[in-house]
Amino acid sequence: MTQDPQTVNRPPDSSPTSTEASIAVGHPRNATNLGRGLVSVVARWEVLLIVILAVVIWEGNQISPFYIDWTNFGFSTGGTMEVAIMALAMTPIIITGDIDLSVESMVGLSGAVLGVLWAGGLPLQFGIPIVLCVGLVGGLFNGMLVTRWGLPALVVTLGTLALYRGLAQVVLGTSYVSNFPKAFTDFGQGYVPGTSVPWTLLAFLTAAAIFCVVIHMTWIGRQVFAIGKNKEAARYSGVRVATLRTALFAVSGMVAAFAGVMLALRTNSVRSDNGSGLTLIVVMIAVLGGVDINGGKGTIPGVILAVFTLAALQSALRLAGVSSEYQNVTIGLLLIFSVITPQLARQFRVLADRVRQGRHRPVRDPIPGEVVR
Amino acid sequence: MASNVAVGANARRRVGALIGGFARSRELTLAVVLVALATLVAARAPNFLASTNVVSVTALAAIIAIAAVGEALVIITKNIDLSVESTIGLVAFVVAEVLKQHNLPIPAAWAIGIGLGLALGMANGVVIAIFRVPSIVATLGTLSIYRGLTYWVANGHEINSNDLPAGYTDAASRSILGFRIGDFQFPGVPIFVVLAVFVVIVAALALRYTVPGRQLYAVGSNAEAAATIGIRSQSTVFLAFSLCGMLAGVAGVLWGMEFGQLYASSGTGQSLAIIAAVVVGGVSISGGSGTVIGAAIGALFLGLINNALTVLLLPQEWLQMIYGAVILFAVSTDALIQLRSQRAKARSRIR
Amino acid sequence: MTESGPIDVIKSADEPSAPPPVALAGVSKRFGATQALADVSLDLLPGEIHALVGENGAGKSTIVKVLAGIHQPDSGAVVLDGKAVLLHGPAHARSLGIAVVHQEPRLFPDLTVAENVFTGHAPKGRAGSINWREMRRAADEIFDSLSVRIDSGAIVRGLSMADQQLIEIAKALSVEARVLVLDEPTASLSAHEVERLFAIVRQTRDRGVAVLFVSHRLEEVFELCDRATVLRDGRHIVTAPTSQLTAPDLVRYMVGRSVSLFPRSAAKIGDVLLDVHGLTRVGAFRDISFSVRSGEIVGLAGLVGAGRTEVARVLFGLDRADAGEVTLHGRRVRFRSPSAALRAGIAYVPEDRHLDGLVAGFSIAENVTLPILPRLFPRLFTRSSREHSLAAGYVDRLRIRSTGTNELVDALSGGNQQKVVIAKWLATNPRVLILDEPTRGVDIGAKVEVHRIISELAASGLAIVLISSDLPEVLAMSDRIIVLHEGRVSAEIPRVEASEERVMFAATGQIAEDASSGE
Repeated sequence: MTQDPQTVNRPPDSSPTSTEASIAVGHPRNATNLGRGLVSVVARWEVLLIVILAVVIWEGNQISPFYIDWTNFGFSTGGTMEVAIMALAMTPIIITGDIDLSVESMVGLSGAVLGVLWAGGLPLQFGIPIVLCVGLVGGLFNGMLVTRWGLPALVVTLGTLALYRGLAQVVLGTSYVSNFPKAFTDFGQGYVPGTSVPWTLLAFLTAAAIFCVVIHMTWIGRQVFAIGKNKEAARYSGVRVATLRTALFAVSGMVAAFAGVMLALRTNSVRSDNGSGLTLIVVMIAVLGGVDINGGKGTIPGVILAVFTLAALQSALRLAGVSSEYQNVTIGLLLIFSVITPQLARQFRVLADRVRQGRHRPVRDPIPGEVVR
Repeated sequence: MASNVAVGANARRRVGALIGGFARSRELTLAVVLVALATLVAARAPNFLASTNVVSVTALAAIIAIAAVGEALVIITKNIDLSVESTIGLVAFVVAEVLKQHNLPIPAAWAIGIGLGLALGMANGVVIAIFRVPSIVATLGTLSIYRGLTYWVANGHEINSNDLPAGYTDAASRSILGFRIGDFQFPGVPIFVVLAVFVVIVAALALRYTVPGRQLYAVGSNAEAAATIGIRSQSTVFLAFSLCGMLAGVAGVLWGMEFGQLYASSGTGQSLAIIAAVVVGGVSISGGSGTVIGAAIGALFLGLINNALTVLLLPQEWLQMIYGAVILFAVSTDALIQLRSQRAKARSRIR
Repeated sequence: MTESGPIDVIKSADEPSAPPPVALAGVSKRFGATQALADVSLDLLPGEIHALVGENGAGKSTIVKVLAGIHQPDSGAVVLDGKAVLLHGPAHARSLGIAVVHQEPRLFPDLTVAENVFTGHAPKGRAGSINWREMRRAADEIFDSLSVRIDSGAIVRGLSMADQQLIEIAKALSVEARVLVLDEPTASLSAHEVERLFAIVRQTRDRGVAVLFVSHRLEEVFELCDRATVLRDGRHIVTAPTSQLTAPDLVRYMVGRSVSLFPRSAAKIGDVLLDVHGLTRVGAFRDISFSVRSGEIVGLAGLVGAGRTEVARVLFGLDRADAGEVTLHGRRVRFRSPSAALRAGIAYVPEDRHLDGLVAGFSIAENVTLPILPRLFPRLFTRSSREHSLAAGYVDRLRIRSTGTNELVDALSGGNQQKVVIAKWLATNPRVLILDEPTRGVDIGAKVEVHRIISELAASGLAIVLISSDLPEVLAMSDRIIVLHEGRVSAEIPRVEASEERVMFAATGQIAEDASSGE
């Protein structure tokens, strides 16, 4: 019932000439190779990321002797952990074929609520759970609109992107809250005692481990992939598609709220515009990590690698004296090229096939007067 | 039995026509709401109609409307362009920089701005239509790349209005068709509005009366059916992105005129405002339906809400929340209409 | 031109000297394991309505698609005015004057009726701009000539299937077509609308257009058509003037295929497991009643669109019924989702295995375990050893040929894919198994295998509902056959009384002899 106009809508621009599909249909005997090919492409993606990461680190080391240094490592990763942790929650959403654009506003909203509660005298140990609940509810709202009403996730979360940001502004106005207790800001800014590992990195790694296990080692993850690859078949197989999709949005909302808390404690201040612009970076990390924006494919390890590639790159660029504005260009270029490269390879293969077929085109019996244009 | 069925069919047809009529009159509905809101605001705050206020409301709305027309073309083909804000920012900055460095006539600046916008749009089109990168990913990438180019051009500087030729920045406040009868003075129509109306009309006519215009709808509505009648969806999508870039270029030039003061970050966040205008204007994100007139009215509507808060001295903090509510309301109504028409369709299969 | 069939071909007395505007010359087409068309020749003459009849899967739609330029023949050719032509695509076919009305309307749902009629060849005004008024007028004119009242300015989305079908026809008429191909155009029309359509088709014929009318409603063939061609198993059987044919003749030509089938082993028939009473879903079927016992195979026969799949969808919780009740093992049930139906012990092998049955990109094991994941891994963690040993059991039992349970299902042949789908549902340990076209598109060897599996499952005590358009299959496998016609049960035939003719008569709504058997 609730599923779902998107199934129909989803394979959008790619559908009329999906080269992959036509290959699979055209040469059934190649299907094995194609399947293996896909597996190896995905495997290769992570390899590619590791290579990029290695190159970046090597280059970084050329730039500055301090590059490979635990202090620098902690410093460079600590600042990206909010987006990193949100990218983890974004991954299963994109795998099911949805998207959540509202995460950055949830960062702002959760920070604002936290700030107001704290300023109102509520200790943070009570404030933080409340904020996480706000995130959960916000995510549920997204999920309900998408699955029960059958609205496209893109537009729904575009709407709540504005809505949640607006709520943050209503809650906090133009004021800001700061001076959070040191015990908590230490979590945002400090390091695990005796190491150069920021607490936030530890939080990310913990979350990454949880996501990795759930997505890749449990049947919930299996169902997530099933939905992404074939929503109808999943539904026919008794997978509660709507419920699972809603739950993923709820998790994303809660994780975004947690990221909002992290950001507030790291910068020791909340303003209503906390986190603006982060959504795009979150989506970028996921795509760079090999998650297919059309759904069905992606891995958490890939996303983790993308996070570190990004952190290493930013750190290298910073040490090279490149201002932070340019760093986004590098990410953008990396994103486009990482998506184009396999496409190019595929198109080249199709072209090569066509050339080969052209040479061996079976000459049919000449039918008199055949009109071949 | 037979007459029963016939009556049912008639009723169904009427419901269908009604729904169709409502869907088509989205522009009209929105326009009525717009006028009602404006009247309400004017009644409460007389300074709303003051000519300075009208010019400032309409100037920004006109810029967004022009960009929204371009975005609508893309969304009609079932794609999306997130990079418009960066195109606007880059074009605005480059044009201003050129005017600052060289003594060029204003029309040359226009040509540079529009040409640059077109080139950026074509670059999007190549990546999306030829390399088959999903538009949301591709334009996410170019969103940062074009912004980065702006930082590179800006090189840490900003541009002030007194760096620019007066003829350039003055245009923003100029009106035409002003007249005076006795004590009554009609301040005229701001030149930005004239331009926006021109763009909207040309685009609306092209979409309605030219073959490529109709092909945009065909590809967005049912790409497979379009292919069976020989429409090449790749070229159609490429065209949409190119035009979107070009119109973002126009918006960029206007942006420079309006603000004079330009930073490398100018325009940040406008993509969402533009897409919101398109969606509120009744263009379906699933492609194939909607008009550029709707998109332009959507832009004006959001601009009006923005200004209403100011002149009514309401807290500006409400703005985003209202935007969000308006977007969600707009798409839910669309979904409701579709759901109802689909039910009608299912029911009508009774034999 | 015509091939010699099992009976003598009756040639028209004086053949016209000019070549037919359109003909098929020895066309063959193969899809994977299925030979859809084998050396079929057919000529369409101007001013003649030519019927193309045959069972589901006889190759009618393939002929339509060849004429429409969607499929290119493997051998043989489409011949236009005596010249063999390679049709590159639908647009090309259309430009050569072949107008095709497909069974499923292919319209632009967001555009208006008039524009759908004229997409691709819109009337132009000054400066090459689209002349909307002229387009509306021309569309209205076509609809007037069809004496149809459709608002040509309405948006297509939300129009009924019948209206959409009429738009397709108008679209075909809007070009100067020399050949008009109608693929089961009456499937979703009411009796009144059918009458109107016939008038239009006759008009078109009288203008000198060659019409190919694909149908499996025999009364329509006799009412409307001048000549008829019967296809069976992708082969041309006979072409003859309808005046020299009778309905029983046609039925005899359509049926009577020789298919090697796995012998049905006798099963002990037990208690009633599934009982359906008065089940109705508005717009799909009404007042359907039947019951299935453990160990019994009940065949659900009928033409495409008779409501068979729709009944199955309700039983499996995919759709809701508007009235009637379903009793499973003595308990009234009303499923709200497939997962509820699965838990209650109903499994459904869907008609379209690519769309609904399999998850492409998943391995055999992953597909087999998908419906039972929570049950198989109550501790949440998947264990591939467990998964693979379970899947391997089914691979052995159903003789699925693969390189291993790790192999992606995309790589399997159609028959083996179908077996994976069956394995997947068997893994749920169902009590009632509904199979929807389980052997469609699988080769003959796999078909026998599937029959063996079904037979064994019944022997093991499952209640089985077998939906199939393959008459010999239904006859050989079923203990009882329920025949649906236009959403209603038109006959219930016990195994001993069943014959292809009898089922076909019931399915085409011609309840000839004794319809009142079995209650």
